[in-house]
Formats: sequence, C-alpha cells, structure tokens
Amino acid sequence: MLHGLAFDVAHLLAGGMVIASFLLLYQDRLSALINVFALHSLVLVLAVAWQAFIQEAHHLYVTAGIALVFKVLIIPTALHRIIRRLGIHRTLEVVGGVGLNMLAGAALVALAILVMLPVTATADPLAREDLAFALAVVLLGLLLMVIRHNAVSLVIGFMSLENGLVLAAAGARGMPLAVEISIAFSVLIALIVIGIFLFRIRERFDSVDMQAMDAFREKRRR
Amino acid sequence: MNDLGFLAVTALLAVPAAAALLLVLLSGYRLGARLNVGASLLSLLAAAILFGARPEANLYLRVDDFNLYLIVLNNLVSFTTSLFSASYIAHELETGRLTPTYLRFYHVMYQALIFAMNLALLANNIGLLWVAIELATLITVLMVGLYRTRAALEAAWKYFILGSLGIALALFGTILVYLAAQPTMGEGLPAMAWDRLLTRADAFEPALLNLAFVFLLLGYGTKAGLVPLHAWLPDAHAEGPTPISAILSGLLLNVALYAVLRFKMLMAANPAALAPGPLMVGLGLLSLLFAGLMLYRRGDIKRLFAYSSIEHMGIITFAFGMGGPLANFAGLLHMTMHSLTKSAIFFAVGHISQVKGTQRISTLRGLTVTHPVLGWGLVAGVIAIAGMPPFGVFMSEFLVVSSTFARQPLLALPLVLGLLLAFGTLLWRLNGMAFGKPDSGPTAPVQASTLPMMTHLALVFVAGVWLPGPLVAWFHHVAILLG
Repeated sequence: MLHGLAFDVAHLLAGGMVIASFLLLYQDRLSALINVFALHSLVLVLAVAWQAFIQEAHHLYVTAGIALVFKVLIIPTALHRIIRRLGIHRTLEVVGGVGLNMLAGAALVALAILVMLPVTATADPLAREDLAFALAVVLLGLLLMVIRHNAVSLVIGFMSLENGLVLAAAGARGMPLAVEISIAFSVLIALIVIGIFLFRIRERFDSVDMQAMDAFREKRRR
Repeated sequence: MNDLGFLAVTALLAVPAAAALLLVLLSGYRLGARLNVGASLLSLLAAAILFGARPEANLYLRVDDFNLYLIVLNNLVSFTTSLFSASYIAHELETGRLTPTYLRFYHVMYQALIFAMNLALLANNIGLLWVAIELATLITVLMVGLYRTRAALEAAWKYFILGSLGIALALFGTILVYLAAQPTMGEGLPAMAWDRLLTRADAFEPALLNLAFVFLLLGYGTKAGLVPLHAWLPDAHAEGPTPISAILSGLLLNVALYAVLRFKMLMAANPAALAPGPLMVGLGLLSLLFAGLMLYRRGDIKRLFAYSSIEHMGIITFAFGMGGPLANFAGLLHMTMHSLTKSAIFFAVGHISQVKGTQRISTLRGLTVTHPVLGWGLVAGVIAIAGMPPFGVFMSEFLVVSSTFARQPLLALPLVLGLLLAFGTLLWRLNGMAFGKPDSGPTAPVQASTLPMMTHLALVFVAGVWLPGPLVAWFHHVAILLG
C-alpha cells in the first residue's frame, strides 16, 4: 500500500474535523450549528472509514456506518425537528466575542499537539497524529460547551466532543469492537435522554436557555 | 467450586437484568416493590457465595479480594435500600408526588442500576468498566429527574452534562491506556484486560500512562464527586428520591473511586510513570476542605449530607493517595463505614422529610421529641459520620490521621483542620434539628420500617468496637495489593 498517501489522507480527514470544530465555534444560528455538526460527523465517518481501509479492520466500517446513520442523519434531523417544534431557531448568544473564542480554540489546538506529540514518540506515526487531532477536537468540544448557554448547543458541543473520542478510538490500532459499539450506543441513549429533557425543560421553564435555569437556581440556592 | 463461582457471577448480573425486564411488565407497585426487594436479596446471596467459590478470571470478568468486598457491600446496601425504598415510595404515592407509571419506571431503573454497578465492579476489561459506569450514570440521571419538578430537572440536567463530560474524559484515558499497552501486549482484547495489563505494566510507555491517568482521574473523579468536579452532586442528592440519594452516596461514589484505584494500581506497577499519590492527595484534601467549608451554610438537609459525602470521598481519596499498608487499610475501612453510615442517615432523612413535608433544616426542630426513633437514629448517624467514637468512622479517620502524622506531619494539619470543620458544623446543625424546640409542624407518627437504618447503624457500631479478625486480615491483604 502507498504508505505516504494513506498517511496524508488520514491526516487530511482528521485535520478536517478540527476545522469543522472551529466552524462550530462561531455559528450564530441554531440551524446552522446543527448543519455544521452534521458536516463534522460526516468528516468523522470518512476518517473512520479510511482508518478501516488502511488498517484492514473491518469492524471499523461498522463504526463508520453507525456514525453515518445516527450522527449524520438521525440526530441532526431530530434536532432540526425539535427546534422547529419549540420555535427556537433564532440567533444564539455567545459568551465572549467570536475573535476571542477563535483565539482560545487555536490555543487549545496548540496545547493538544504540544501535549500529545512528545508522549507518543514511540507510537505508530499514524496513531500519533490522529490522537493529537482527536484531543484537539475534544478540547474544542469542551470550549463549545463553555461558551454557549443554549441547551441544544450544549448537546451539540458534547456530541462533537464524542466525535473526537471516536476518532481517537479508530486511530488506536486493533482496539476491540466493544468500545465502538458502546460509543454508538451511548449516543443513542443520550439522544433519548436529551429528547425527553429538552421537552421537559421547555415545558417547565418556557425556554431552553440555560440562563433561565441559572436564574431559577440563584433564587432557591440554600 | 469454580462452577459455583461462575454461577454466582452470572447471577450477580442476570438477576438484576431479569428483574428489570420483569418489572417492566408488572404494573402493581406493591408487587413491584416486593420483587425489587426479592431480586436484591438474591443478588446479595449470590455475592455471599463468591466468598466460598471464586471463578477463574477471564478477559471480561474477574473476582479478586479487592472487588469481592465491594461487591458484597454493594449488594448489601442495595438490598437494605430496597427495603427502605418499599416503605418510602408507598408514601410518595399517597401524597401524589409519584404516579404508578413513574413507580414502575423507578423499579426498573433501580434493578438496572444494580446491574450496572455489579458489572462495573466485576469488570476485568477496562472498556467494559467504562461502559458499566456510563450505564450507571445515565440511569441515575433518569432517576434524579424522576419527580419532574423544575428543581429536579435542573439537577438532572446538570448531572447529565457534568457526568457525561467526566465519562468522556475517562474514555479518552481508557483509549490512551490501550495505546500505551498495545506495543507490548499486541492488538485486541488482552490489551484491555486489567490483570494482564498489571503484569506487563512496567514495559508500557510511561509518558502515555501519565497522560492517561490524568484523564482517568478527572473523568472518574467527576463521578466520585471530587472538588472541583463536584457541582452535580449536591443537586442530584437533594432533588432525587431519597433511596437514590442513599445509593448515590453509599455505592456509586465508591464504584467510581474503585475505577480510579484500579488505574492507580497500574500506574504503581510502572516505576518510570508519575506517582499517582500526590495528585490524589491534592484532590482529596481540596475536596475535604472545600466540603468542610460548604457544610456551614447549607439550609437543605439532603444537601447538607451530600456535602458531607464529598468530604468523605475526599478523606478516602487522600488515604489511598498516601498509600502504604496502613493508609490503604484506613481507606478501605472508611469506604465501608461511610457507605453504611451515609445510607443509614439518608434512610432517616427520607422518612423525616416525608413526615415533615420539608427538607429545610430551619423547619426541622426537636426531632428526638416529636419522632423519637427517627430522631435518635439521625443523632446516632450524624455522630457516627462526624467521626466520634464508638462508631467505625472514628476508627478509620483515626487511622488516616495517625498514619499521616507518622509520615507527612505537614499534610496532617490541613487534614485535621478539614475534619474538625466538618465535625463542628455537623454537630451544630444536629443540635438544632434533634434537640431544638419542636415547632408546630405536623407531628403525625411515621409509618416507616426503621429496620434498614438500625441494621446499618448496628454494623457501624460493632465495627467501631470490635473488628472481626478475618476481616482485618482481609483488609490488610487488600491494602498490600493496593500498594
């Protein structure tokens, strides 16, 4: 096999995920955020499928398939329906400015690479770069969760973080299937929980903005 | 022998799973509660069988001295809690806080939670361990939100976000452990089996292990309620049904800490890797001091004891972080004593808040006069948890403090300060609740079974006065294993 090409494509796809994470950071409309998340997941599917191909690990095709069905198709569709039904496809407020968030994101990517590359010096170079990118996606997902108040964007932040974990698991050569299935499974359960939650929260708080919850919390503190 | 052990392990997983399925079909809440108790009793018996017959470890499951005692403790407390829950929920149904449909759901989730915790304790595969803890987290999220009030949903949502985040970090750590092991162990399942990892851990890449441990400590530490990742814990305890508060404090926190300890043992087996002790000592002390301070201003009785759980998790983490046979022994003993005492307290608190119709400490006054059994039960429980003799918690805290004084006198200062802070606040709060002037609130006698509470308190009392020789030998052995 063309080792150089295999490496470059894996690199390209993992890097694509990091870029998609950056795209998530500055979206200011909920529906656009969901669409970018679908794109993020699509890049993940391609990255995992490519890993399956070059590692000749057929179980990874299953992981890619599960991610395609749930994260690219079902979850974004369901989220679109939820925001339409709740009538909340308005603009999102973001903590801090876009510029500041992008800067913080860039710093996190640098951090991920600085942390990951030295400690994996002996590992297979493919797994190594993949892992650095995966950690960057995880950290950017965390950042996304911090800078948003809206419940839907919190959920998207969390799922983009999970995409980073799947990327890391796929890059780890020969990691047993049990783990990947569990990841897909967790997404499924998460969706159920979230579906219930969003409706209930809306029902009780008339808003899915977490600030409504925070205000409520302050009142009944202690 | 091995067949019997294998059967017992199967039963520990199959009984709760089957009971959960059966409970989906049963609609009557009385029948549901009885089945819940029965299934928990069966699991407890299965756990007891493991003492006599232990199955061989395989790539997925393993029983050793360390997890065996936690499995027995886990099933004992879930059995007594199911007894408590049977009398608790009957009252919730009467007052209309829960509907029969939600009760059915509650029982199904209860058994599913026992399944998940047993699986986590039995797991030999670090991936399986992660899956089981993830399952337990999701189930408890649903349980915390059971009342569907604004406060309950808020608590469940916060728990969900923080819990999933912790779980995600733990998964990243798990993947890193696999990557560290893979060059030595080869690909596939053996590189995730904990006992095999332990035998070869000295050959792993130390830097990768270090990074993995940081993620695992933060990830599972979130689930164990260690400061600064504790924010979900007080809300989840205060807003969920009280039996779930008892399970969360008494069992689930232990399970999360157990996961951390398993990885600590891996780290200790690699001489080039970072020593995990100082990290754990730091987090433990931080939790202890923070919770000690936070205890002071609590107005909600369940929140008060939730912060006390953070405090005790801090003590346990500190003890294991110190390491060495004596501190580990103290940590193991403290884990057991805290489980038993804290769940007894929640049993008392559950009945009290039902009778009084409130969880606010300021309206709970003179309980020893209005409700002697529950009031004195609470007094005994709080005295025990505050660490006064003659209860078992005193002994374990004494061991932690004295071993710290012997080895790191400077660390003993903040430790003692934290213990005293918590001690003072708890007793001060207790004074008003137990002996204050009774107000004009409802004084109806309680329809409650106090047997579970009495059993736990009696066990903690006996442990404080006299620890059976075999148990001491057992803990010593495990303490040496823990390194």
